[in-house]
Amino acid sequence: MLITSLFFTGVIIRTKSIASGRKGPGIMQPVKDVIRLFKKGSVYSETTSFVFQIAPIVYFSSVLMALLVIPFGSTRGIISFDGDFIFFAYLLALGKFFNIIAAMDTGSSFEGMGASREALYSMLAEPAFFILMGSFALLTGHTSFYDIFYNLHLGSSITYALGVMATFVLIMIAMIENSRMPIDDPKTHLELTMVHEVMILDNSGFDLGLILSAGYLKFAMYGAIIANFFIGGLPLLIALVVFFLIQILFAIIAGLVESFMARFRMSHNSQFIFALSSVSLLIFLGVLLVLGKFA
Amino acid sequence: MINLFLVIVLFAIIAILFINTKGKGLIALAAVILNSLLSSVIAIQALHGHSFEHILTGTIPFGVLPIKIDALSAWFILTINFTVITGAIYGLNYMRPYIAQKSNITMHCIAFILVHAALIGICSVQNGMVFVLLWEIMALSAFILVIFEYYKQETLKAGINYLVQSHISIVFLMLGFIYVAYKTNSYDFNAIADFSKQQSTLAGTVLFLFFFIGFAIKAGFVPFHTWLPYAHPAAPAHISGVMSGVIIKIGIYGILRMLLLIKADYTTIGVIILFISIFSGVYGVMLAIIQHNLKRLLAYHSIENIGIIGIGIGIGCIGLGTTNKWLAILGFSGALLHTLNHSLFKSLLFYCAGNVYRATGIMNVERLGGLIKKMPHTALLFLMASMAICGLPPLNGFISEFLIYGGLYNWLFSAGLVSLIIAIFSILGLVMIGGLAIFCFTKAFGIVFLGHPRYKDTAGIQELNFLQLLPMYMIAALMLCIGLFPLVFIRLLQQPVNLFTHLTIFNLNLMRIGAIDSLEVIVWLSAGFIVLILAIAVLRKLINRKKAIETSPTWRCAYKTDSTNLQYTANSYVRTYTKLVKPLLDIEKKEIEITEVFPSGKHYATHPYDKIERIFVDKPLKMIKVITSSFLFLNNGRLQQYILYGIIFIASVLCIPLFIDKILIFLKFLNHL
Repeated sequence: MLITSLFFTGVIIRTKSIASGRKGPGIMQPVKDVIRLFKKGSVYSETTSFVFQIAPIVYFSSVLMALLVIPFGSTRGIISFDGDFIFFAYLLALGKFFNIIAAMDTGSSFEGMGASREALYSMLAEPAFFILMGSFALLTGHTSFYDIFYNLHLGSSITYALGVMATFVLIMIAMIENSRMPIDDPKTHLELTMVHEVMILDNSGFDLGLILSAGYLKFAMYGAIIANFFIGGLPLLIALVVFFLIQILFAIIAGLVESFMARFRMSHNSQFIFALSSVSLLIFLGVLLVLGKFA
Repeated sequence: MINLFLVIVLFAIIAILFINTKGKGLIALAAVILNSLLSSVIAIQALHGHSFEHILTGTIPFGVLPIKIDALSAWFILTINFTVITGAIYGLNYMRPYIAQKSNITMHCIAFILVHAALIGICSVQNGMVFVLLWEIMALSAFILVIFEYYKQETLKAGINYLVQSHISIVFLMLGFIYVAYKTNSYDFNAIADFSKQQSTLAGTVLFLFFFIGFAIKAGFVPFHTWLPYAHPAAPAHISGVMSGVIIKIGIYGILRMLLLIKADYTTIGVIILFISIFSGVYGVMLAIIQHNLKRLLAYHSIENIGIIGIGIGIGCIGLGTTNKWLAILGFSGALLHTLNHSLFKSLLFYCAGNVYRATGIMNVERLGGLIKKMPHTALLFLMASMAICGLPPLNGFISEFLIYGGLYNWLFSAGLVSLIIAIFSILGLVMIGGLAIFCFTKAFGIVFLGHPRYKDTAGIQELNFLQLLPMYMIAALMLCIGLFPLVFIRLLQQPVNLFTHLTIFNLNLMRIGAIDSLEVIVWLSAGFIVLILAIAVLRKLINRKKAIETSPTWRCAYKTDSTNLQYTANSYVRTYTKLVKPLLDIEKKEIEITEVFPSGKHYATHPYDKIERIFVDKPLKMIKVITSSFLFLNNGRLQQYILYGIIFIASVLCIPLFIDKILIFLKFLNHL
C-alpha cells in the first residue's frame, strides 16, 4: 500500500495530461516533489502559534495510524479489532481537526474560507461512511475492516448492485476526503474556488511535504479499501495483482473524472455530499433485502 | 459519618457568616473538600461492591430515613466531588474582583456548600419526601449561585427562568412520589419498587415516564432544555462549570435510579429515551454552531452531550428489554462514562471561557481572536477539551463514544426490521453529532484563540495565575488518564453496570462483540500515536536544524495594509452551514442592503433564536397571558374590593362544606322517599 501511494497521484496527473493531449510529468513526480520539499527550509507566518507547527505532524501521523487498520485481501491489517473502522474515521477526523485549526491559525481570510468548507464537507460525508460500514457489518456479522471484507461474498444480483453502489459511495468519499474533483479542484489557481489547497497556502518546506505525502497516502488508502471489496477471499498472489490493478484503475478513473468533469458549484457541493448518505441508506435497505428482514 | 457531614456543613455556614470576605471562600473550599473526602471514602468502597447502608431513626417529619450509597450513587458522588472541588478552587480566584460585595459573597459561599451537600444527599437518600426536599435545596441554592451578578437584568431574567423551570420539574417529581405514597402509604424508595412490581408493566412505564419528564427538565433534554442556554452564560464561570458538569447530571442520576426501581417495559422506555436523546443531541449541536456568545455555545453543547448520554441509556434499556446482555453493558457503561467525561471537559471549557472573560471582559466570539499568544495555557487547555468533546482520540470523549458506537453496531446484529431502522438512524444521529461538534469547536477555538486579535486594547490581557490554572490542569490530567487507561475506569464501572444487568435474566448464548476488548488495542494505538507524533516532531527538528527558518506575514494575495479586518469571522465560517439548515432553525437577520453608488456603511447582524423555545414556551405563555388578562378587571387596585374578595373567599370556604352537607342530607331524604 505504501508502494502504491508512491505512484498513485502520479498516475492521476499522467492520465490528466494524456487526456488533455500533453506528455505530462513522470508518475514518480509527486514523490520527487515531496523529497524536494523535505530538503527546503520553512517560512512560518508571524501570526501563527504552536498549533500551526504541530498540525502537519498530527495530520500525517493520523493518516499513518489509520493505514494500520486497513487489511490487505486475506491478510489482516497490521492491527485489527472490532469497531476498528470507528477508530479509523475518528483518527482521520482528528487529522482534519488539526488541519482546520492550523488554517485558522494564520488569520488569513482565504484559509478561513477553506477551513470552513473542509469542515462542512467532511462532516457531511461522514454519515455516508458510517452507514455504509454499518450495512456491511450487518451483512457479514462483523465489525472490523478485515472481517467485513473477508466475509463479504458478492453472490446474487442484489449484492452486485450493492457492490456497485458501495464502490460509487467510497470513490466519492475518497474524492471528498482528498479534495479532488468534482468537489474541489486541486489545480485551480484562484483561491476563492479552492477548498483544501487554500488551507495550506502558508505551509512550506518539511511541513508541506508532510501534508502532501499524507494526502497521497490517504488517496491510496481509500483505493485500498475499494480494492478490498473485490479481493476479500482471493489467495495472496492473485490478490496482489488484482490489488495493484484496481489501484491503478482507481487512479485512472480519478484522473479521467478530473479531466472531463467541471467542479460543482460550491453551493451545490453540500447537497451533493449529503445525497451520498441517501445512497448509503439505499445500500442499507438493500442489505435488509438480502438478509430477508422484510419477510 | 452522616452526623459529621452535617456538622461540617452547619459549622462552615456559621463560620462564613462571621469571617472576613477573604476567608469565606477558603472556608467554603475547606468544607467542600472535607465533605468530598468523607463521601468519597464511602463511595469508593461502594464502587468495589460494599454498599453503605444506614438508617436514620426518628427524624421528625419523615419518620425513619434510610440512607444507602450503592455503586450507582457512588459513581455520581465521585463525579460530583471532583468537579465541585475544581470549581471551588477555580472560583476562589475567579471571584477575587468581586471581593467588595461582602454580603453577596457570603450568600454565594453558603449556597455553594449547600449545593454540594444537597447533591450528595440526593445521591444517597432513599425516601421520596426527603429526596424532593433536597432537590429543592439544590434548586434554590443553584438559583442563588446563578444570580450572583443580580444587578444585571439579563442575569436576573435567566435566574428566574431557571427557578420557574426547576419548579416545574419538582412538580412532576412530587406528583410521582405522592401518587406512589397515596397507593402504598410510604415515601420509601423500596415502596416504589414493590408498588411497580405489583402493577402491570404499562402502569410502571407511565410512572417512569412521569419521573422522566421531571428529571429531563433538570438534565436539559430537548424540548425541556430552554432554561439551560440562559442560566449557563449568566452564572459566574465556576458555577457554569459545576452546573453543566454535575447539576444537570443529577437529572441523569434520577433517571437511572428510577430505572432501577420501577419495573417497566424497558424496550418502550429505551426507544422513547433514544428518540428524545438523538433529537436533543442533534438539535443541541445544530444550535450551538450558530451561537456567538462563547458560554451560550457551550451551554448548547451540554444539551448535545446529555443527548449522547441519553443514547447510551436508551440502548442500555433496549438491551434490558430484549435481553441482550452486551447491548445493556455497552449502553450503560457508555452512558456512565460519558457522564464523567462530560463533567470533566465541559467544566474545563467553562473555566477556559471564564479565563477569557476575566482577561478581556468579552464573551462575543466575533470580538475575540489571537488569544493563544497572550494566554497559551488557556488555549492549550481549551484545545484539549475541544478535542475531547468532539470525541477525538486519544482523549476521554472518544472512549465513551466508542462504547456507545459499539453498542449501536452490536444492536444491528440482533435486531428486527423496525429496530434495525432505528439503530441505523441512531448511528446516523451520533455521527452527525460528532461531525457537527468538530465543525463547532474548530470555529470556537479558531476564532477565539487563533488569528489576529479583533479587539482594540490588547494591553491588559495576560495569562492568569498558577492557582487558577491548577484545577484546570487537574481536569486535563484526568481526561488524558481516561483516554490512555480506559480499562481502569471500565473496571470501576462494573459494579454500577451490574446493578442494571441484574434487572433481567439474559440469554446466555449471544455473540460477543468485544468493544471493550477493542479498547485494549486502542490504548496501545493511542499511545503509539502520541509516540509517532513526537518522533516526527523530533525528526523535523533534526532535518530543519541547518536550514533557514524564517517568519513573515501571512500570505495576503498581495494586499499590502493590515489584514486584521479581513480575517474570516465566526459568522462567515458558519455561513454555508447556516444557509443549509435555515429552514430548521430560527435566525433573525438584520441587514442594510447596499443601494447607492457610494454606500455609506453596511450593517449586518444575526440573532439566533431557539425555534423549540418559540413553539413550546413562548407561544403557550402568550396564550396564558391572553387568557389571564381577561380577568385583569378583578385586579383594579381598590382596597375595598380586595377585602370583599377575602370575605367571599372565607365565606365560601365555610359555606360550601355546609352546603354540600345539606345537599347530601337532601339527597338521602330523596332516596328514602
